[in-house]
Amino acid sequence: MARSAVSLTLVGVTAVLGLLLIGPLAAVIWRADQGLTALDIEAVRFTLWQAALSASLSVALAVPLARALYRRRFYGRGAIISLLGAPFLLPAIVAVLALLSVFGRVGLLAQGAAMLGLTLPSIYGAMGVILAHVFLNMPFAVRLLLLGWQSIPSERFRLAQSLGFGPPALFLHIELPMLRLVAPGAVMAIFMICLSSFAVALTLGGGPRATTVELSIYQALRFDFNLGAAAALGLLQSTLCLAALGLAALLPMQHGFGIGLDRALALGPPKGWRAYADFAGIFCATVFLLLPLGVLFYTGLSGIGSLPWVIWPAAARSVGVALCAAFLACFAALILAKASLRYGRFYEGVAMLPLATSSLVLGTGLFLIIHPFFSPARAALSVTILTNGFLSLPFAFRILLPDLRRLYADYGHQMTLYDLGPWAAFRFVIWPRMRPAIGFALGVTAAISMGDLGVITLFANADGTTLPMMIARLLGAYKMQEAASAALLLVLLSFGLFWLFDSREGKDA
Amino acid sequence: MRKITFFAMGFSVLATIGQAKTPVLNVLTYDSFTSEWGPGPMVEAAFEAVCACDLVFQGAGDGAALLARLQLEGITSDADVVLGLDTNLIEAARDTGLFAPLPQLPSAKLPIVWADPVFAPFDWGWFSFVYEQGTVSNVPQSFVELAASDLKIVIQDPRSSTPGLGLLMWVKAAYGDGAAQIWADLADNIVTVTPDWSQSYGMFLAGEADMVLSYTTSPAYHLIAEGDESKAAAAFSEGHYMQVEVAGKLAATDQPQLADQFLTFMTSAAFQEVIPQTNWMYPAYAIPTGLPSGFEQMITPEVSLMFDPKEASALRDATLSEWRAALSR
Repeated sequence: MARSAVSLTLVGVTAVLGLLLIGPLAAVIWRADQGLTALDIEAVRFTLWQAALSASLSVALAVPLARALYRRRFYGRGAIISLLGAPFLLPAIVAVLALLSVFGRVGLLAQGAAMLGLTLPSIYGAMGVILAHVFLNMPFAVRLLLLGWQSIPSERFRLAQSLGFGPPALFLHIELPMLRLVAPGAVMAIFMICLSSFAVALTLGGGPRATTVELSIYQALRFDFNLGAAAALGLLQSTLCLAALGLAALLPMQHGFGIGLDRALALGPPKGWRAYADFAGIFCATVFLLLPLGVLFYTGLSGIGSLPWVIWPAAARSVGVALCAAFLACFAALILAKASLRYGRFYEGVAMLPLATSSLVLGTGLFLIIHPFFSPARAALSVTILTNGFLSLPFAFRILLPDLRRLYADYGHQMTLYDLGPWAAFRFVIWPRMRPAIGFALGVTAAISMGDLGVITLFANADGTTLPMMIARLLGAYKMQEAASAALLLVLLSFGLFWLFDSREGKDA
Repeated sequence: MRKITFFAMGFSVLATIGQAKTPVLNVLTYDSFTSEWGPGPMVEAAFEAVCACDLVFQGAGDGAALLARLQLEGITSDADVVLGLDTNLIEAARDTGLFAPLPQLPSAKLPIVWADPVFAPFDWGWFSFVYEQGTVSNVPQSFVELAASDLKIVIQDPRSSTPGLGLLMWVKAAYGDGAAQIWADLADNIVTVTPDWSQSYGMFLAGEADMVLSYTTSPAYHLIAEGDESKAAAAFSEGHYMQVEVAGKLAATDQPQLADQFLTFMTSAAFQEVIPQTNWMYPAYAIPTGLPSGFEQMITPEVSLMFDPKEASALRDATLSEWRAALSR
């Protein structure tokens, strides 16, 4: 009975996702009166190149950092791990200004260099795009990999120690297999995020050389009103994502590490130069990530108390949207992760579909679908919840899948043996062992859902504005200082939600 | 399906009965017009005081999003008036065939002659490069001087921003076939191109660029709202391109008289007085009280440049590729 309910939910979730991907696209194509005119090969090339480089660099840098954070214990470690969530959650425009305050023409670095009589190369250009994408996504990769490390039972490390494994052998036999399991998913997720980058890529890319497909979609939808071109470009972007997904699917699957006693105790970490390297890595990464955030904090903090009162209901609305979207996303992610374990990787593809969607096409298509029936303004907040949940689902999925896979590899047999229903399985097996991952997933999805604005601009909101809309309004009214404070408020709230879920469940792991 | 429609009709009938006493005028506009700091709230209060109606602003993104939304809705739009299209979007808006001719309105007070039968201006401004006095010593007086200097500027992308498109037209109007060369010479001055105006302006205030593409009236905001006299706009000898923001009546409106009344109200002092210190643009019709003090310090370009909407629309694609090619090198 309960199982058929789960299957029904699965069918439902898959159908909703499929509809959300195909429906809006179809609606845009339906209304198109001309096809794609001049497809911009240059934009496609640049988009692919920067996304591939950003993703591989983010994960490559994340590997030593995650390992260092896993095996070292020091004062402030928990705080650093929590703060790693922050850059990923920044709205694009805030992230760009924060980065520029450190790496820009007159940023902290340039000022420091000027004092030494040096001139730094300009950040604007391909380097800036990569730097920004690494800043935004590397911390997310660290957290994904850290979950991977934490999923290795400590018995494994003990065994390795008793066999006399040194750090290289340990890496080869225990850590590398785990990375093979977790890293491709991380690379793919970040690749797909960077694929639809628009404001960050253009602003830091220094001009039209850094044109991405998403910008072309924006132009087609807003300035040319060429729905055919927009749909074709949206289709192209989805195809690129699906191709990446297909590539990742070719990688071999691994199994769990065997049952452990659920003890998350690490062995004594290696000493000597490795300790220095670990701490140097942690220090550099923390400075790289925290300096821009620090500037953001510094510029915004003084104004928070004196923000106009209309900000506060907007903030409350945004928190509500974020919470609803987060539960929606995590629920769907858990269902799909379970399905992909049982029925194969088709459902992994289904869960990643939202990343293959252009949020502009999504918003336009939904508008076309909703508008004949009732005023889009009335649906604005519900549409925001639905689309934010939809767009953040892949992140929840990425976070939950490795843990769930391990869980089923290790305990699936017992669960079948005792004939646990879905609720019992969740209550007694999944929840106790996956609390850190579920908390992290809820935190990430809630925080992402706070910031998103792209989809909603067409829907004039009758239910009241959200915080990101307020920031846009302040910016449009020359009130840059207030906007900085409101942006800081957004970041604090996103981070607060993230921290609430994440640290409650993941502190000691 | 049919049932849903039936229910929806039932509800809308009920809704109509409930509101029968006060007619509703829906005005579709850009989001920052309706914002707490925009003209919207004051305009709404002033109009509702005289119209015995309910004025509802629907805010949708920026000017371009506004047009996109209108095109998506087509004749089924429940908007009666569209307010906030800019000169470069007018032709595309006219081509939709969704607009009705204007009522008889007083003639606008602009530096150029305005005689459009479908779109009436409500505010306007000149594009210009804004800088911080004291940090820029040799203020350039033309695009040529700017290109020859080592000043750093930040501009907006003409593919996603209306001021960005305005700059493109400005260079084209001033230099014609020589525009591509100007862009090529400007390339090393451009720090970066941002998707929208606020990001550029934020970067300029943070010191990332010496000058930013904005309006001649931008310094008035700093002067009046912040008491900061340091910002100024550079006067260019080629002349300055204008942005005119317009409104029009939709043919499918169910409130044609109210829409006409609103458009007439738009030309009155009660509406126009609100513009300078909310939109930080010039009012399009005379206001008896005159401009707020501080505006007299703004530069007044001697030459005003502007393509008529048809020309602007015809030139757009070619100038865009010209711009892109010059800056991609």
